[in-house]
Amino acid sequence: MTTWAMVADLRRCVGCQTCTAACKQTNDTPVGVQWRRVLDMEVGEYPDVRRAFVPVGCMHCDDPPCMHVCPSTATRKRADGIVTIDYDLCIGCAYCAVACPYQARYKSSEDAKRPDVATKCTFCVERIDAGLAKGLTAGVDPEATPACVNSCIAQALHFGDVADTTSNVSALLAENQHFRMHEELGTGPRFYYLWDKAP
Amino acid sequence: MSFGPRAWVQQHWDARAAANFMLGGAGAGLMIAAALAYPDSRAPVLLALGMIAAGLAAVWLEIGRKLRAVNVFFNPFTSWMTRESFAALLVFALGAAALWQPRPFLPLAAAAALAFVFCQGRILRASKGIPAWRAPQVTLLIVSTGLAEGAGIALYFTTAPLLVAWFGLAVILRAFAWSRYASAVQSPALVAPAKMLVQIGTVGVLLLTLMAFWMPDLALLAGAAALVTGLWLKFALVTRASLNQGFHLPHLPVRGAR
Repeated sequence: MTTWAMVADLRRCVGCQTCTAACKQTNDTPVGVQWRRVLDMEVGEYPDVRRAFVPVGCMHCDDPPCMHVCPSTATRKRADGIVTIDYDLCIGCAYCAVACPYQARYKSSEDAKRPDVATKCTFCVERIDAGLAKGLTAGVDPEATPACVNSCIAQALHFGDVADTTSNVSALLAENQHFRMHEELGTGPRFYYLWDKAP
Repeated sequence: MSFGPRAWVQQHWDARAAANFMLGGAGAGLMIAAALAYPDSRAPVLLALGMIAAGLAAVWLEIGRKLRAVNVFFNPFTSWMTRESFAALLVFALGAAALWQPRPFLPLAAAAALAFVFCQGRILRASKGIPAWRAPQVTLLIVSTGLAEGAGIALYFTTAPLLVAWFGLAVILRAFAWSRYASAVQSPALVAPAKMLVQIGTVGVLLLTLMAFWMPDLALLAGAAALVTGLWLKFALVTRASLNQGFHLPHLPVRGAR
């Protein structure tokens, strides 16, 4: 069964925030809301300082805590693993926002399309569905690929089906060492970070 | 906007959400204390219902889409917020019946109130994004603070020995729950409230409670101290100790040729 996942190559990301801008333009999110953002992490102390740019957002977890706590059933998980929000059901209690260990959820009264309800990255689900309906391949054909991945100038972001061993993301995961954020919490995030070649 | 790896205090639940835990918990505790002491007056039940209603009204003011509030009942299978809402309905129904006929409805309302405050504890525990809330020990802490605060308020209606003894037990249980919680969670935001909880809310309150067997009026002071210290702790827990998970990289990217 298809299982969509995002892969970010931390060695390639330059922190240009083009993915953030592309996401904002595609999804028309208001000021202060960034479904896809890039953290600028500085680690260590002078002179031993290292820096990493880390794309973050909804991890579309295997076992999403946001879905379990949602009192209105607005947050659901599709068979392909994409976690969605029904904006017509959501009451905007923000319980999902405090349940999310990735700070991926927002609630904004300035959101013209989705006022005062929970919002987050959707993996550009409408785009994927429309692309698949045309027979395109998500993660390969831009029309069936999330906007942030399409816009990445460094090819640091990748999208595809991790259940398919021949997919682009499966190949990347096989060729490189990777981790997932806060894996110890047992949420099963489907956002993989590449950090080195496979040994 | 770049936050970096350090955690920051969540901004989604503010004093309005805290008010639900404070008023709702104390109100539930009052309902339970009223059932135990069986005071002749119906005022404690009325006050308990009012406090729980005020807490829920406060949190209603916080939600984004207020006219859709009824949707909160849609997910009893996994959401503790939905379960809390159903428990609240039970408390109101049985509490109203208890106003009319305390026996047998007041004990039933107290059982529903216990379920209500338990759900509040589980609401915090299910908040996986907030380390200070998701600790399993938080449930007993929330329940025991509710019991102690409610018993403290109940002392203003009657200082019957049974109620005073229950109050003392609840305060001891709260201290035990805090001790368990503090062994799992260390938060700078809880240092001052915890100090007050231990020194005034526990040691001071227990001394006053013992003395109250000879000077009943001191029980009122003990009740107030237990109430204020418990409410402050919960306020700090919800609004100030609620640092999120932050971000953490187990590996930094390896750049350049190897």
